[in-house]
Amino acid sequence: MADTAKAKGGGTAGSTGGRRRSRKDDTSSRLADETPETLLDFYRQMLLIRRFEERTGQAYTQARIGGYCHLNLGEEATVVGLMQALRESDYLFTNYRDHGYAIGKGMSAREVMAELYGRSTGVSKGWGGSMHMFDTKTRMLGGYGIVGGQLPLATGAALAVSYRGGDEVVMCQMGDGTTNIGAWHESLNIAALWNLPIVYVVINNFTGMGTTVERSSAEPDLYKRGSAFRIEGERVDGRDVLAVRDAATRLVEKARSEQRPYLLEATSYRLKGHSVVDPAKYRTQEQIEEARANDPVLAFEHRLEQAGILTEDKKQEIAESVRAEVADAADFAENSPHPEVSTLFDYTYATPVANESRRMPADPVFAE
Amino acid sequence: MSVITYRQALRDTLRAEMHRDENVILLGEEIGVFEGSYKITEGLLNEFGERRVRDTPIAEEGFVGAAVGAAMLGLRPVVELMTINFSLIAIDQIINHAAKIYGMFGGQNSVPMVIRTPGGGGQQLGATHSQNIELFYAFVPGLKVLAPSTPAEAASMLRAAIRDDDPVLLLENLGLYNTKGEVPDDDESVAEIGRAAVTREGSDITLIGYSRMAALGTQVAEALAKEDISVEVVDLRSLRPLDRQTIVDSVKKTGCAVVAEDDWLTYGIGAEIAASIQEGAFDYLDAPVRRVAMAEVPLPYAKPLENAALPSTESVTTAIKETLSAVGKRVG
Repeated sequence: MADTAKAKGGGTAGSTGGRRRSRKDDTSSRLADETPETLLDFYRQMLLIRRFEERTGQAYTQARIGGYCHLNLGEEATVVGLMQALRESDYLFTNYRDHGYAIGKGMSAREVMAELYGRSTGVSKGWGGSMHMFDTKTRMLGGYGIVGGQLPLATGAALAVSYRGGDEVVMCQMGDGTTNIGAWHESLNIAALWNLPIVYVVINNFTGMGTTVERSSAEPDLYKRGSAFRIEGERVDGRDVLAVRDAATRLVEKARSEQRPYLLEATSYRLKGHSVVDPAKYRTQEQIEEARANDPVLAFEHRLEQAGILTEDKKQEIAESVRAEVADAADFAENSPHPEVSTLFDYTYATPVANESRRMPADPVFAE
Repeated sequence: MSVITYRQALRDTLRAEMHRDENVILLGEEIGVFEGSYKITEGLLNEFGERRVRDTPIAEEGFVGAAVGAAMLGLRPVVELMTINFSLIAIDQIINHAAKIYGMFGGQNSVPMVIRTPGGGGQQLGATHSQNIELFYAFVPGLKVLAPSTPAEAASMLRAAIRDDDPVLLLENLGLYNTKGEVPDDDESVAEIGRAAVTREGSDITLIGYSRMAALGTQVAEALAKEDISVEVVDLRSLRPLDRQTIVDSVKKTGCAVVAEDDWLTYGIGAEIAASIQEGAFDYLDAPVRRVAMAEVPLPYAKPLENAALPSTESVTTAIKETLSAVGKRVG
């Protein structure tokens, strides 16, 4: 409990908890509670996302990837920690910063990279791109590009689970800026009214594109913003994979057993701009240096080294296996076919009906 | 056959579909305890309980989006939006999400849901409550938009919409809820989405309409028959997909056409119909296609102004007679 600030549902607007503080000692001591295999697995997953996103940024600047491209760099501990809290049967909805989540929920690096390359082997068959990773098998029901768009959807998924008496939980990830959109208020209200098993997760990287939380949210302690709906909220240091896993697991299991919504705020920091093309000039040198000094991947690596869990040999082995996996993903994407133009009209409707238009731009409406 | 109202046809169909399929649930404002603003859902809460008939908060974006999410997991939610005007608050969920999820994710996940909502002016509800904005939805690939004009169509189209795996907007009409018509007993008919219908055969001119204007068109055609004018009525029924062939085949037969629409003229549904006719039946046209549409104003409250702004029996009749005069056909 020492790891998180908490806001009880129903009126704690005056409480003061929740400032970030260093907890290196707390978590170092807790390393002993984990098996080395678990810790090394988390480390590898984090490093995979780091290297995958670096490769993605590189491919984007080489114009192998189009559209918008938002990376999880700096958020690896948050992503990996959150995904440990979910069962395979649980559902995940995210915003557009979704590559790491897609991998974390179980999609292969190959298929995620192929989606970024717009190839038919991608998770969404090349129809979605960076912002729209989706896979029914692993139950990640979408990255969504419209801020807040995923909130009503995730809430409705939780309604379906509840209606059927299932024991799945829905996790709905979003950024800090999303807590100001109407869909946030409407969704949390409905989830609380209808007792839905959902955990809303706000990734607070303190900047919505270039606008700070303080400049956009009248209550900048975002975990408190469930109080209006009697939804309990917690804040956790998103740069600490174990703390994130513990907080997320606690709330996911409460949502499951109590059939109630919960709110988790993970403070985080993106190491790069909002998207690949954003140089992030709105940041001070001090902020940038602080972020680098607290790089979650390097920090966790250092911690595992200090604890004697990550040996130099093991580190090299993991680095090599991650390098190979990312290289393989990029090769797979590069060598995968583009979708056939003949499939252009395959996914407009699930139920075919009469008179669906299949005309190409220059075609006459009435073909002879 | 029984003669029932459009309202009754919708209610009977909802009830039957809920009995048929446990996945069908109803969501909307005031549909349960209040029994519906227009009483379409009267009695359904008592019959099916709160689990399946859910009163929602006034949060259109939230509950329409929740219906989309529930549909993604295989429920078949039928959402009532009190009027189509309020769909504007949910438009992000309808256009950016319901219409996109199947295609944007490569056909992995369909969205089997229905949005029922009435359009229609003429009730002195003022500018924000009297719009006919079905065009916004008919514009969007990924959505299906149906517009029944009779009780029988209301029943068969609602049944089709619920059983279809895509998001379907069922456009109802405030002015049609009390209209009566024959519906087969133990009706099981399922409308074919994407098909228009020639609801009255004629030889002098084609009148094309949908929803209230198709119903009104039939009345106009009946009246004009007494003046020996033979009007063929095409009821569009499906605004997306649009059945252009049925329209064009009729115009090829009659040589001229009037489109009657309750929306605004500029960029409206009639513009698409007229464009389709000129492309598909150019050589058969004896006169320009005439459109009857709402005056391009925010609809006023005062009755004389409202009446003047809306398409009516008189304005449709006038447009038909003037078009026939232009082509030299005898006008009674």
